[in-house]
Amino acid sequence: MKSIIQIKNFNFFYGESQALHDVTLDFNENQISALIGPSGCGKTTLLRCINRMNDLIDDTRSEGNITIHEKNIYLAEVDPVEVRRKVGMVFQKPNPFPKTIWDNIVWGAKINGYTGNLEELVESTLTRTALWDEVKDKLHTNALFLSGGQQQRLCIARAIAIKPDVILMDEPTSALDPVATARIESLITELKKRYSIVIVTHNMQQAGRISDCTSFLLNGVVVEHGRTKEIFLNPKEKKTEEYISGEFG
Amino acid sequence: MADSTTNFSQKQASLEKKTRIGESLIHVVLFACALCSIFTTVGIVVILASQSALFFADPQVTLLGFFTSFEWQPSIGKFGILPLLNATLLTSFIAVVFATPFAILVAIFLSEFTKPRIKAIIKPILEVLAGIPSVVYGYFAVGTVTPVLQRVFGSDTVEFYNTASAGIVIGILILPILITMIDDSLTSVPNNLREASFGLGATRLQTSFGVVIPGSFSGIAAAFILGFSRAIGETMIVALAAGAGSALTWNPFRGAETMTGYIVRISGGDISYNSIDYNSIFAIGLVLFLATLGLNIISRRIVKKYQWNV
Ligand SMILES: Nc1ncnc2c1ncn2[C@@H]1O[C@H](COP(=O)(O)OP(=O)(O)OP(=O)(O)O)[C@@H](O)[C@H]1O
Ligand SMILES: [Mg+2]
Repeated sequence: MKSIIQIKNFNFFYGESQALHDVTLDFNENQISALIGPSGCGKTTLLRCINRMNDLIDDTRSEGNITIHEKNIYLAEVDPVEVRRKVGMVFQKPNPFPKTIWDNIVWGAKINGYTGNLEELVESTLTRTALWDEVKDKLHTNALFLSGGQQQRLCIARAIAIKPDVILMDEPTSALDPVATARIESLITELKKRYSIVIVTHNMQQAGRISDCTSFLLNGVVVEHGRTKEIFLNPKEKKTEEYISGEFG
Repeated sequence: MADSTTNFSQKQASLEKKTRIGESLIHVVLFACALCSIFTTVGIVVILASQSALFFADPQVTLLGFFTSFEWQPSIGKFGILPLLNATLLTSFIAVVFATPFAILVAIFLSEFTKPRIKAIIKPILEVLAGIPSVVYGYFAVGTVTPVLQRVFGSDTVEFYNTASAGIVIGILILPILITMIDDSLTSVPNNLREASFGLGATRLQTSFGVVIPGSFSGIAAAFILGFSRAIGETMIVALAAGAGSALTWNPFRGAETMTGYIVRISGGDISYNSIDYNSIFAIGLVLFLATLGLNIISRRIVKKYQWNV
């Protein structure tokens, strides 16, 4: 198992308030890593640090480093835009562009300098996200007319169309019903063959079902990190056990 | 027992209506203010309509001729609004075409590239720009823009009074309102779309032009239309810079009197009441009024209809 993302002694601040404390974590290639923890513990913050999305928020700063493929993405000479081309993101609320389905997929690829066959790209990404059969006859209608679950699969398709190494997902199913959730989960499991995935979830069953390893955060601190099975069956920390069994959070 | 009964009736008494004199007074005053503005509007419409009726009642004038004939020469009894309308549309069109791209760029800068603190400094400056009397703009057109145009294109091509100069300066005049409207509509694009775009590795510029601008297309269209309506009604600039005397021409370097320009010249001159010339300005005013009203309604409709539901 090869490690792809290493987070080392990472601190993160919104203005004066510190949201992440000395986080050290390792995520492996072609695995699904889950981030769990109660609301406000810093899961989203950590996720957004992995593609330097937090650079877009005013008055934030970080200490420590995160390496992806042995490259420190927090060096001064690193361009955050380039980082985001390698590390894609899927958000909590489906947010397709108010453009056609086709344009949603093609736009990101184009700005990333994709010069191949666009039809092939659209068909293959939509097929891999299990959306092709549902939308192949309406590629040129506005993506906002799709259902929530379809929109979220389109957002995943859009993210993989730029061929990232890593995909970050922030509670990708929290706005969806159980059926749509199941589809997305099987899609995510399918995607790990090609991508490394870090997923934030509030749903313990989901973390248990799909992830290979799990990190439990509390108040910006990593309490426990390990193989999902072990974390769920034999947590070493009392806090972890309490959280997983639903005693707080 | 008796105690609780008194208590209850006291409470009931406190629920009764009270007359609050201050409240009622303010109510009346505010209502009167509202009535005033309604009466003013109605008054304007009534006067425009009744004077226009006098104009159209004149045997020299027909409604059809007014809207279709190509000459406006009151002295020889020719009342075709087309040359004036054409000049108005020409100056207004030059104004919005000149101002909109510029306004879009400034609005992008304000909404996508500046921090709120800097924006808070720039916006009031724009509002000052909007407060400059338009007669000042008029002299700017005649004294600066026209000479520049003449130097660039040659003074044989560019007449001293011309619609290009007036149009450009009207464009400058409507810039602040265009910028404000477009900035509002860019700002209202939900942030999660920007994040989606940045998440795909887009730069700020790519996000602005690829996601934010298309996402606020309707707001930009509404601003364009409202700007056009402002430009149609603009008076001092065209009166000073676009020339007196109607001419049916699409050449922006020639002089041509606009509807508002004509109204100013006639109402400022020594034309007697109830002459046909005098009444004609009301007919033209009515057309202006209806045109601006229509454009404003369309612009508001667009903004309402395509608002982001966030
Ligand atoms: N833009 C921001 N500015 C200031 N503070 C923020 C910002 N975003 C998050 N925070 C703070 O950072 C802490 C961690 O927030 P974060 O959103 O990472 O939590 P989370 O674990 O994702 O919670 P949830 O499960 O509710 O999504 C919280 O205390 C939050 O108030
Ligand atoms: Mg979160």
